[in-house]
Amino acid sequence: MKILVPVKRVLDYNVKPRVKADGSGVDLANVKMSINPFDEIAVEEAVRLKEKGIASEVVVVSIGGAKSSETLRSALAMGADRAIHVLSESEVEPLAVAKILKGVAGEEAPDLVILGKQAIDDDSNQVGQMLAALIGRPQGTFASKVEVEGDAVLVTREVDGGLETVKLALPAVVTTDLRLNEPRYASLPNIMKAKSKPLSTKAPADYGVDTAARLTVLKVVEPAVRQAGVKVPDVEALVEKLKELGVA
Amino acid sequence: MKVLVWAEHEQGALKDATLSAVTAAAGLGAVDVLVAGDSAGSVGAQAAQIAGVEKVLVAGDAAYAHGLPENVAPLVVALMAGYDAFVAPATTTGKNIAPRVAALLDVAQISEILSVEGPKTFTRPIYAGNAIATVESSDAKLVITVRGTAFAKAAREGGSAAVETVAGTGEAGLSSFVGAEIAQSERPELTSAKVIVSGGRALKDSETFAATILPLADKLKAAVGASRAAVDAGYVSNDHQVGQTGKIVAPEVYIAVGISGAIQHLAGMKDSKTIIAINKDEDAPIFQIADIGLVADLYSAVPDLVARV
Ligand SMILES: Cc1cc2nc3c(=O)[nH]c(=O)nc-3n(C[C@H](O)[C@H](O)[C@H](O)COP(=O)(O)OP(=O)(O)OC[C@H]3O[C@@H](n4cnc5c(N)ncnc54)[C@H](O)[C@@H]3O)c2cc1C
Repeated sequence: MKILVPVKRVLDYNVKPRVKADGSGVDLANVKMSINPFDEIAVEEAVRLKEKGIASEVVVVSIGGAKSSETLRSALAMGADRAIHVLSESEVEPLAVAKILKGVAGEEAPDLVILGKQAIDDDSNQVGQMLAALIGRPQGTFASKVEVEGDAVLVTREVDGGLETVKLALPAVVTTDLRLNEPRYASLPNIMKAKSKPLSTKAPADYGVDTAARLTVLKVVEPAVRQAGVKVPDVEALVEKLKELGVA
Repeated sequence: MKVLVWAEHEQGALKDATLSAVTAAAGLGAVDVLVAGDSAGSVGAQAAQIAGVEKVLVAGDAAYAHGLPENVAPLVVALMAGYDAFVAPATTTGKNIAPRVAALLDVAQISEILSVEGPKTFTRPIYAGNAIATVESSDAKLVITVRGTAFAKAAREGGSAAVETVAGTGEAGLSSFVGAEIAQSERPELTSAKVIVSGGRALKDSETFAATILPLADKLKAAVGASRAAVDAGYVSNDHQVGQTGKIVAPEVYIAVGISGAIQHLAGMKDSKTIIAINKDEDAPIFQIADIGLVADLYSAVPDLVARV
């Protein structure tokens, strides 16, 4: 089976985001960028399915600016076979991303698309579900376990109440949650090898997708800051505070 | 504007998340509620009582029993012919269904809104809540998910909505429900609890977590939460995780025990009314936002606290 894994380049999760003074967005100049952590989990899952002999090819795709090719190279270093870079310097909203991915899926005909449940920049949590809708296929979101069984995939999902398992007819779309796996670190030889793996560059127009924004960002502000309060010296003082709060 | 709200329900009971979604929807226009499920009738009757709801649509069909988005989205899309906006709570069910609906309607989704600023203008958190964006939609129809902690709950009583049965769209034949492991607990639910006691990586293992955190939660009649590190390490199940990618909570009192205060954790609890932190590291970032901090070893402080409250 062939697996398609979309990946996004985002602000590294260890970096504290800073809102630009003009309120137009978050400052991304000269800060560390990385593969979206959930997408890294998606790449890992696909590569494991290949190592188990279930998948035959793992294709990664990223929609974004020139530097997204670095994100693709890091996915190739983890073990993906081939990459597609859909170059767009302007921001592409989830719906347009899903439409581009539909175009890619149309050409690649993957049996499984595995992607992160959300990107940690816009926190939208939409693309997987939208792609599944556009290609008319089932979706297994927030996956903590993925098992391919013949022409179906069993997906265990992290839901508010606990866990839920659904069976989806292939082709299907799966979005990853944190506990699906622990992504590997790419070894130096694999990082070198990734440099010569095939990477093709496309444009949204190649898939006939209009990426004009449907949402206008009017402003971006810092949230109200919480001030640090008091430190109490001991448990007794803490009990007093709890009593004042009416909980003890 | 006519708004259709997705009713979240479980085992015949309407969930509180629905009530916050109704409040958000009422900021846009006239509110109808859709109850889809296999035994949707009794939930429909509960939804009809919610203050401010005009009409309840009941779609009772086995295909909707587990909220499978492949079956539910076509139902919502068909109904949306008569509505201007679809509003769902930002629960795992709402997050699963709403984007599928949005794509089928060819509109953008506005995720986890915090406020309604105008008929097409909303605020929403980005970057784990480290920034708040105000966005305006240019689409003909709106699809929105609602962050429960940002809106008051509509009253469960006082309404007298008309209840209408709608025909189902049946099975899509793409997916089926296999099973679930749903945690049963006598404790209050995380997202609606007044007091939460959360434990982090410092709790060592599931036995230690249970022996340390649960007695305190019992004494304070609190719900139990956890950091991602505690869930990843298997101290407690995933439904306890609070944070950017877990549950968003805003209780009266949140007590973080042995949690460092990573931005991803803060994203899920920093709107709590009072935050209390117990941590042995006086430089732990959690103290920068805690109202009340106790620098102490939790293994002496927590049992001592349990004995005194
Ligand atoms: C994509 C992504 C999403 C994430 N989503 C979430 C999320 O939703 N929720 C979440 O919580 N995290 C999330 N994280 C993880 C987050 O970055 C942190 O790793 C995590 O919150 C740390 O958990 P912790 O505070 O329990 O552990 P640690 O950071 O290890 O902190 C343990 C704390 O315990 C204290 N301690 C140790 N021993 C004692 C003792 N005896 N007495 C008192 N104090 C003690 C230490 O001083 C320390 O401060 C996410 C990360 C990523 C990359």
